[in-house]
Amino acid sequence: MRRRAVLAAPLLLAARRARAAEAKVTIDNFVFTPPRLEVPAGTRVVWTNHDDIPHSVVHSGRPPGFKSPVLDTDETFARIFDMPGTYDYFCGLHPHMKGLVVVT
Amino acid sequence: MTEHPTRRHTLECMAWAGTGLIWTITGGVPRSALIGTAEAATGFTFAQMSDSHIGFAREPNMDTPGTLAEGLAAVKAMVAKPAFILHTGDVTHLSKPAEFDAAEKLFGSIGLDTHYVPGEHDVLDEAGTKPFIARFQARHTQGGEGGAYYSFDAEGVHFIGLNNVVDLKAGGMGNLGTAQLAWLERDLVGRSTSTPIVVFAHIPLWTVYEKWGWGTEDGAQALGLLKRFGSVTVLNGHIHQVMQKVEGNVAFHSARSTAFPQPAPGAAPSPGPMKVEAARLRSMLGVASVTLVPGQGPLAIIDTPLGA
Repeated sequence: MRRRAVLAAPLLLAARRARAAEAKVTIDNFVFTPPRLEVPAGTRVVWTNHDDIPHSVVHSGRPPGFKSPVLDTDETFARIFDMPGTYDYFCGLHPHMKGLVVVT
Repeated sequence: MTEHPTRRHTLECMAWAGTGLIWTITGGVPRSALIGTAEAATGFTFAQMSDSHIGFAREPNMDTPGTLAEGLAAVKAMVAKPAFILHTGDVTHLSKPAEFDAAEKLFGSIGLDTHYVPGEHDVLDEAGTKPFIARFQARHTQGGEGGAYYSFDAEGVHFIGLNNVVDLKAGGMGNLGTAQLAWLERDLVGRSTSTPIVVFAHIPLWTVYEKWGWGTEDGAQALGLLKRFGSVTVLNGHIHQVMQKVEGNVAFHSARSTAFPQPAPGAAPSPGPMKVEAARLRSMLGVASVTLVPGQGPLAIIDTPLGA
Protein backbone atom coordinates (compact mmCIF):
# COMPACT_ATOMS: atom_id res chain seq x y z
CA MET A 1 0.00 0.00 0.00
CA ARG A 2 2.65 2.38 1.11
CA ARG A 3 4.69 1.69 -1.97
CA ARG A 4 1.74 2.43 -4.23
CA ALA A 5 1.11 5.76 -2.59
CA VAL A 6 4.69 6.82 -3.21
CA LEU A 7 4.34 5.90 -6.85
CA ALA A 8 0.99 7.63 -7.23
CA ALA A 9 2.15 11.06 -6.07
CA PRO A 10 4.41 11.87 -9.04
CA LEU A 11 1.83 10.46 -11.44
CA LEU A 12 -0.87 12.74 -10.05
CA LEU A 13 1.46 15.72 -10.29
CA ALA A 14 2.29 14.84 -13.88
CA ALA A 15 -1.38 14.51 -14.74
CA ARG A 16 -2.11 17.92 -13.25
CA ARG A 17 0.72 19.48 -15.20
CA ALA A 18 -0.44 17.89 -18.43
CA ARG A 19 -3.87 19.45 -17.96
CA ALA A 20 -2.59 22.96 -17.17
CA ALA A 21 -2.47 25.30 -20.14
CA GLU A 22 0.97 26.73 -20.66
CA ALA A 23 2.06 30.24 -21.56
CA LYS A 24 5.58 31.42 -22.26
CA VAL A 25 7.51 34.55 -21.38
CA THR A 26 10.98 34.98 -22.85
CA ILE A 27 13.80 37.20 -21.68
CA ASP A 28 15.85 38.73 -24.48
CA ASN A 29 18.01 41.83 -24.31
CA PHE A 30 16.91 42.56 -20.73
CA VAL A 31 13.22 42.62 -21.69
CA PHE A 32 10.34 40.32 -20.65
CA THR A 33 8.27 39.39 -23.72
CA PRO A 34 5.35 39.74 -23.72
CA PRO A 35 5.58 42.43 -21.05
CA ARG A 36 1.89 41.86 -20.26
CA LEU A 37 0.59 38.30 -20.32
CA GLU A 38 -3.10 37.56 -19.88
CA VAL A 39 -4.00 33.96 -19.01
CA PRO A 40 -6.94 32.02 -17.56
CA ALA A 41 -6.59 30.76 -13.98
CA GLY A 42 -4.70 27.48 -13.77
CA THR A 43 -2.21 28.41 -16.48
CA ARG A 44 1.38 27.38 -16.04
CA VAL A 45 3.61 30.31 -17.01
CA VAL A 46 7.16 29.47 -18.05
CA TRP A 47 9.90 32.09 -18.19
CA THR A 48 13.02 31.35 -20.26
CA ASN A 49 16.16 33.47 -20.12
CA HIS A 50 17.83 33.80 -23.52
CA ASP A 51 20.37 36.42 -22.40
CA ASP A 52 24.05 35.82 -21.67
CA ILE A 53 23.47 37.44 -18.29
CA PRO A 54 21.44 35.85 -15.48
CA HIS A 55 18.04 37.23 -14.58
CA SER A 56 15.32 36.38 -12.08
CA VAL A 57 11.56 36.69 -11.78
CA VAL A 58 10.43 38.36 -8.55
CA HIS A 59 6.87 39.35 -7.66
CA SER A 60 6.74 43.10 -6.92
CA GLY A 61 4.80 42.62 -3.66
CA ARG A 62 6.69 43.30 -0.44
CA PRO A 63 7.40 40.63 0.58
CA PRO A 64 7.20 39.02 -2.87
CA GLY A 65 4.47 36.43 -3.42
CA PHE A 66 6.82 34.41 -5.61
CA LYS A 67 10.47 34.48 -6.52
CA SER A 68 12.47 32.39 -8.96
CA PRO A 69 15.98 31.20 -8.36
CA VAL A 70 18.51 33.01 -10.52
CA LEU A 71 18.13 31.92 -14.16
CA ASP A 72 21.33 31.56 -16.09
CA THR A 73 21.31 31.38 -19.90
CA ASP A 74 18.49 29.14 -21.24
CA GLU A 75 17.27 28.23 -17.76
CA THR A 76 13.54 28.33 -17.04
CA PHE A 77 11.21 29.06 -14.17
CA ALA A 78 7.58 27.95 -14.07
CA ARG A 79 4.68 28.87 -11.85
CA ILE A 80 1.02 27.85 -12.00
CA PHE A 81 -1.29 30.82 -11.48
CA ASP A 82 -4.40 29.42 -9.79
CA MET A 83 -5.85 32.64 -8.46
CA PRO A 84 -7.27 35.41 -10.66
CA GLY A 85 -5.52 38.72 -10.16
CA THR A 86 -2.82 41.04 -11.41
CA TYR A 87 0.74 40.02 -10.73
CA ASP A 88 3.48 42.63 -11.28
CA TYR A 89 6.97 41.25 -11.34
CA PHE A 90 10.53 42.39 -12.06
CA CYS A 91 14.08 41.07 -12.38
CA GLY A 92 15.75 40.92 -8.97
CA LEU A 93 19.14 41.70 -10.54
CA HIS A 94 18.00 44.37 -12.99
CA PRO A 95 14.91 45.93 -11.40
CA HIS A 96 14.28 48.22 -14.37
CA MET A 97 13.05 45.05 -16.14
CA LYS A 98 9.35 44.71 -15.39
CA GLY A 99 6.50 42.44 -16.48
CA LEU A 100 2.87 41.72 -15.68
CA VAL A 101 0.75 38.57 -15.54
CA VAL A 102 -3.01 39.10 -15.55
CA VAL A 103 -4.93 36.01 -14.47
CA THR A 104 -8.65 35.96 -15.35
CA MET B 1 55.33 65.15 -6.29
CA THR B 2 53.64 66.24 -9.45
CA GLU B 3 55.76 67.94 -12.07
CA HIS B 4 53.33 70.80 -12.53
CA PRO B 5 51.36 71.08 -9.32
CA THR B 6 49.80 74.42 -10.23
CA ARG B 7 48.76 73.53 -13.74
CA ARG B 8 45.07 72.97 -14.09
CA HIS B 9 43.29 71.64 -17.06
CA THR B 10 39.65 71.31 -17.77
CA LEU B 11 38.19 67.89 -18.41
CA GLU B 12 39.79 66.57 -21.52
CA CYS B 13 38.57 63.88 -23.80
CA MET B 14 40.09 60.56 -23.04
CA ALA B 15 43.01 60.19 -25.41
CA TRP B 16 43.69 56.50 -25.46
CA ALA B 17 47.19 55.61 -26.40
CA GLY B 18 47.08 51.97 -25.46
CA THR B 19 48.77 52.27 -22.10
CA GLY B 20 46.12 54.06 -20.08
CA LEU B 21 45.50 57.44 -18.65
CA ILE B 22 46.31 59.24 -15.44
CA TRP B 23 43.80 61.50 -13.76
CA THR B 24 45.00 64.04 -11.23
CA ILE B 25 42.25 65.88 -9.46
CA THR B 26 43.37 69.20 -8.01
CA GLY B 27 40.80 71.36 -6.30
CA GLY B 28 38.04 69.50 -8.07
CA VAL B 29 39.56 70.01 -11.50
CA PRO B 30 40.73 66.82 -13.12
CA ARG B 31 43.80 66.79 -15.28
CA SER B 32 44.66 63.98 -17.59
CA ALA B 33 48.04 62.84 -18.74
CA LEU B 34 49.38 59.65 -20.22
CA ILE B 35 50.47 56.96 -17.83
CA GLY B 36 54.19 56.81 -17.21
CA THR B 37 54.55 60.41 -16.07
CA ALA B 38 56.00 61.20 -12.64
CA GLU B 39 52.56 61.51 -11.05
CA ALA B 40 52.12 57.80 -11.23
CA ALA B 41 54.95 57.00 -8.88
CA THR B 42 54.25 59.25 -5.92
CA GLY B 43 51.96 59.26 -2.91
CA PHE B 44 49.72 56.69 -1.27
CA THR B 45 48.31 54.41 -3.93
CA PHE B 46 45.65 51.78 -3.96
CA ALA B 47 44.16 49.80 -6.81
CA GLN B 48 40.56 49.33 -7.84
CA MET B 49 39.40 46.13 -9.46
CA SER B 50 35.86 45.30 -10.41
CA ASP B 51 33.42 42.91 -11.97
CA SER B 52 35.59 39.78 -12.03
CA HIS B 53 32.44 37.70 -12.79
CA ILE B 54 34.18 34.43 -11.93
CA GLY B 55 31.88 31.74 -13.31
CA PHE B 56 31.06 33.61 -16.53
CA ALA B 57 32.36 31.57 -19.47
CA ARG B 58 30.73 32.77 -22.68
CA GLU B 59 31.59 35.05 -25.52
CA PRO B 60 33.60 37.21 -25.42
CA ASN B 61 35.51 35.68 -22.49
CA MET B 62 35.74 31.95 -21.84
CA ASP B 63 38.43 32.43 -19.18
CA THR B 64 37.45 35.00 -16.53
CA PRO B 65 39.86 33.54 -13.94
CA GLY B 66 42.62 34.02 -16.51
CA THR B 67 41.81 37.67 -17.20
CA LEU B 68 41.45 38.31 -13.45
CA ALA B 69 44.91 36.80 -12.94
CA GLU B 70 46.22 39.15 -15.66
CA GLY B 71 44.63 42.10 -13.87
CA LEU B 72 46.19 41.06 -10.58
CA ALA B 73 49.57 40.70 -12.28
CA ALA B 74 49.16 44.25 -13.64
CA VAL B 75 48.44 45.51 -10.11
CA LYS B 76 51.47 43.69 -8.75
CA ALA B 77 53.64 45.20 -11.47
CA MET B 78 52.59 48.80 -10.81
CA VAL B 79 55.45 51.24 -10.27
CA ALA B 80 53.57 52.97 -7.47
CA LYS B 81 53.05 49.98 -5.21
CA PRO B 82 49.38 49.85 -4.21
CA ALA B 83 48.75 49.55 -0.47
CA PHE B 84 45.70 47.37 -1.14
CA ILE B 85 42.94 46.62 -3.62
CA LEU B 86 39.36 47.84 -3.49
CA HIS B 87 36.97 45.47 -5.23
CA THR B 88 33.78 47.14 -6.37
CA GLY B 89 31.66 44.03 -6.68
CA ASP B 90 30.48 41.21 -8.91
CA VAL B 91 33.40 39.12 -7.73
CA THR B 92 31.39 36.13 -8.96
CA HIS B 93 28.82 35.59 -11.68
CA LEU B 94 26.27 33.40 -9.85
CA SER B 95 27.31 33.50 -6.15
CA LYS B 96 28.31 29.83 -6.28
CA PRO B 97 30.71 28.60 -3.56
CA ALA B 98 33.11 27.29 -6.23
CA GLU B 99 33.17 30.75 -7.85
CA PHE B 100 33.87 32.43 -4.50
CA ASP B 101 36.59 29.84 -3.84
CA ALA B 102 38.32 30.53 -7.15
CA ALA B 103 38.17 34.31 -6.69
CA GLU B 104 39.40 34.15 -3.09
CA LYS B 105 42.31 32.00 -4.15
CA LEU B 106 43.33 34.39 -6.94
CA PHE B 107 43.07 37.54 -4.80
CA GLY B 108 44.92 35.74 -2.02
CA SER B 109 47.79 34.93 -4.32
CA ILE B 110 49.37 38.37 -4.74
CA GLY B 111 50.11 39.33 -1.17
CA LEU B 112 47.83 42.39 -1.05
CA ASP B 113 44.77 42.96 1.11
CA THR B 114 41.53 43.33 -0.81
CA HIS B 115 38.51 45.21 0.57
CA TYR B 116 35.28 44.13 -1.08
CA VAL B 117 31.74 45.37 -1.55
CA PRO B 118 29.13 43.11 -3.15
CA GLY B 119 27.62 43.34 -6.60
CA GLU B 120 24.15 41.98 -7.39
CA HIS B 121 25.79 38.83 -8.76
CA ASP B 122 27.38 38.15 -5.33
CA VAL B 123 24.17 37.97 -3.29
CA LEU B 124 22.07 35.55 -5.36
CA ASP B 125 22.20 32.78 -2.78
CA GLU B 126 19.15 32.26 -0.54
CA ALA B 127 21.34 33.41 2.37
CA GLY B 128 21.68 36.86 0.75
CA THR B 129 24.71 38.85 1.87
CA LYS B 130 25.80 36.37 4.58
CA PRO B 131 28.19 34.19 2.54
CA PHE B 132 29.79 37.29 1.01
CA ILE B 133 30.27 38.97 4.41
CA ALA B 134 31.67 35.82 5.99
CA ARG B 135 34.15 35.32 3.20
CA PHE B 136 35.17 38.82 2.16
CA GLN B 137 34.29 41.31 4.91
CA ALA B 138 35.18 39.38 8.07
CA ARG B 139 37.93 41.85 9.00
CA HIS B 140 35.53 44.81 9.06
CA THR B 141 32.91 45.78 11.61
CA GLN B 142 29.60 45.79 9.79
CA GLY B 143 27.76 49.12 9.68
CA GLY B 144 24.50 47.20 10.08
CA GLU B 145 23.58 43.56 10.71
CA GLY B 146 23.99 41.71 7.41
CA GLY B 147 24.34 45.03 5.64
CA ALA B 148 27.65 44.38 3.87
CA TYR B 149 28.77 48.00 4.39
CA TYR B 150 31.59 49.36 6.54
CA SER B 151 34.31 51.98 6.74
CA PHE B 152 38.01 52.04 7.56
CA ASP B 153 40.92 54.47 7.60
CA ALA B 154 44.25 54.29 5.83
CA GLU B 155 46.96 56.95 5.46
CA GLY B 156 44.59 59.67 6.62
CA VAL B 157 41.96 58.76 4.06
CA HIS B 158 38.53 57.59 5.20
CA PHE B 159 37.25 54.70 3.07
CA ILE B 160 33.55 53.89 2.99
CA GLY B 161 32.35 50.66 1.37
CA LEU B 162 28.64 50.79 0.56
CA ASN B 163 26.18 48.13 -0.56
CA ASN B 164 23.61 49.28 -3.13
CA VAL B 165 22.65 45.90 -4.56
CA VAL B 166 20.09 44.44 -2.14
CA ASP B 167 16.41 45.08 -1.53
CA LEU B 168 16.06 46.44 -5.06
CA LYS B 169 12.58 47.63 -5.94
CA ALA B 170 10.58 47.00 -9.13
CA GLY B 171 11.31 49.65 -11.72
CA GLY B 172 14.14 51.10 -9.67
CA MET B 173 17.93 51.26 -9.78
CA GLY B 174 20.54 50.58 -7.09
CA ASN B 175 19.42 51.05 -3.50
CA LEU B 176 21.17 51.97 -0.24
CA GLY B 177 18.15 52.08 2.06
CA THR B 178 17.37 54.14 5.12
CA ALA B 179 19.36 52.00 7.58
CA GLN B 180 22.55 52.36 5.55
CA LEU B 181 22.05 56.10 5.04
CA ALA B 182 21.52 56.56 8.79
CA TRP B 183 24.73 54.60 9.45
CA LEU B 184 26.62 56.73 6.89
CA GLU B 185 25.48 59.89 8.65
CA ARG B 186 26.68 58.50 11.99
CA ASP B 187 29.93 57.34 10.42
CA LEU B 188 30.72 60.86 9.22
CA VAL B 189 29.88 62.67 12.45
CA GLY B 190 32.88 64.52 13.86
CA ARG B 191 35.14 63.91 10.90
CA SER B 192 37.13 66.87 9.72
CA THR B 193 36.04 68.31 6.39
CA SER B 194 39.67 68.14 5.27
CA THR B 195 39.67 64.33 5.52
CA PRO B 196 39.85 62.88 2.01
CA ILE B 197 36.92 60.51 1.54
CA VAL B 198 36.84 57.55 -0.80
CA VAL B 199 33.46 55.90 -1.27
CA PHE B 200 33.31 52.60 -3.10
CA ALA B 201 30.16 50.74 -4.12
CA HIS B 202 29.11 48.50 -6.98
CA ILE B 203 26.39 50.36 -8.88
CA PRO B 204 27.25 53.98 -9.76
CA LEU B 205 26.02 56.36 -7.06
CA TRP B 206 25.20 58.92 -9.71
CA THR B 207 22.74 58.30 -12.53
CA VAL B 208 24.70 57.19 -15.57
CA TYR B 209 21.73 55.85 -17.56
CA GLU B 210 18.36 55.38 -15.91
CA LYS B 211 16.91 53.31 -18.75
CA TRP B 212 19.41 50.54 -17.98
CA GLY B 213 19.17 51.02 -14.21
CA TRP B 214 22.69 52.46 -14.08
CA GLY B 215 22.37 54.60 -11.00
CA THR B 216 21.31 54.52 -7.34
CA GLU B 217 17.80 55.59 -6.30
CA ASP B 218 18.91 57.22 -3.07
CA GLY B 219 22.50 57.96 -4.13
CA ALA B 220 21.86 61.71 -3.96
CA GLN B 221 21.09 61.39 -0.24
CA ALA B 222 24.46 59.74 0.37
CA LEU B 223 26.21 62.42 -1.66
CA GLY B 224 24.36 65.10 0.32
CA LEU B 225 25.91 63.73 3.50
CA LEU B 226 29.36 64.02 1.88
CA LYS B 227 28.90 67.58 0.60
CA ARG B 228 30.85 69.29 3.36
CA PHE B 229 34.04 67.35 2.66
CA GLY B 230 36.72 68.95 0.53
CA SER B 231 37.77 65.86 -1.38
CA VAL B 232 35.36 63.05 -2.15
CA THR B 233 36.15 60.29 -4.64
CA VAL B 234 33.41 57.86 -5.58
CA LEU B 235 34.53 54.59 -7.17
CA ASN B 236 32.05 52.25 -8.78
CA GLY B 237 31.84 49.23 -11.07
CA HIS B 238 28.79 47.53 -12.59
CA ILE B 239 28.90 49.22 -16.01
CA HIS B 240 32.16 47.59 -17.18
CA GLN B 241 33.59 50.75 -18.70
CA VAL B 242 35.43 53.86 -17.60
CA MET B 243 33.20 56.86 -16.97
CA GLN B 244 34.00 59.87 -14.91
CA LYS B 245 32.65 63.21 -13.97
CA VAL B 246 33.30 65.89 -11.38
CA GLU B 247 30.58 67.67 -9.48
CA GLY B 248 31.70 70.22 -6.92
CA ASN B 249 34.24 68.45 -4.71
CA VAL B 250 33.08 65.01 -5.76
CA ALA B 251 34.92 63.04 -8.42
CA PHE B 252 33.04 60.03 -9.79
CA HIS B 253 34.81 57.20 -11.49
CA SER B 254 33.69 53.80 -12.76
CA ALA B 255 36.19 51.06 -13.49
CA ARG B 256 36.53 48.49 -16.21
CA SER B 257 35.70 44.85 -15.59
CA THR B 258 38.31 42.13 -15.84
CA ALA B 259 35.66 39.84 -17.40
CA PHE B 260 33.84 41.48 -20.31
CA PRO B 261 33.01 44.97 -21.61
CA GLN B 262 29.51 46.41 -21.71
CA PRO B 263 28.24 48.92 -24.29
CA ALA B 264 28.14 52.67 -23.79
CA PRO B 265 24.73 53.81 -22.53
CA GLY B 266 22.13 53.43 -25.27
CA ALA B 267 24.71 52.20 -27.79
CA ALA B 268 23.16 48.71 -27.93
CA PRO B 269 19.67 47.22 -27.44
CA SER B 270 20.69 46.06 -23.95
CA PRO B 271 23.58 46.30 -21.48
CA GLY B 272 24.58 42.65 -22.12
CA PRO B 273 28.22 41.65 -22.73
CA MET B 274 29.80 43.15 -25.85
CA LYS B 275 30.85 40.40 -28.23
CA VAL B 276 34.20 41.85 -29.11
CA GLU B 277 36.82 39.92 -31.01
CA ALA B 278 39.59 38.27 -29.00
CA ALA B 279 42.23 40.71 -30.24
CA ARG B 280 40.26 43.65 -28.89
CA LEU B 281 39.04 42.13 -25.62
CA ARG B 282 41.99 42.99 -23.40
CA SER B 283 41.96 46.64 -24.42
CA MET B 284 38.46 46.80 -22.95
CA LEU B 285 39.22 45.08 -19.63
CA GLY B 286 41.40 46.50 -16.92
CA VAL B 287 42.25 47.82 -13.49
CA ALA B 288 42.54 51.28 -11.97
CA SER B 289 44.96 52.72 -9.47
CA VAL B 290 44.35 55.76 -7.31
CA THR B 291 47.11 57.88 -5.80
CA LEU B 292 46.79 60.43 -3.04
CA VAL B 293 49.53 63.04 -3.14
CA PRO B 294 50.11 64.11 0.48
CA GLY B 295 49.65 67.75 1.35
CA GLN B 296 47.96 68.64 -1.91
CA GLY B 297 44.80 66.66 -1.80
CA PRO B 298 44.64 65.54 -5.38
CA LEU B 299 43.77 61.98 -6.21
CA ALA B 300 45.23 60.61 -9.38
CA ILE B 301 43.29 57.83 -11.04
CA ILE B 302 44.99 55.70 -13.64
CA ASP B 303 43.00 53.23 -15.70
CA THR B 304 45.09 50.50 -17.20
CA PRO B 305 43.67 48.19 -19.85
CA LEU B 306 44.90 44.61 -19.65
CA GLY B 307 46.22 44.82 -23.19
CA ALA B 308 48.57 47.68 -22.31
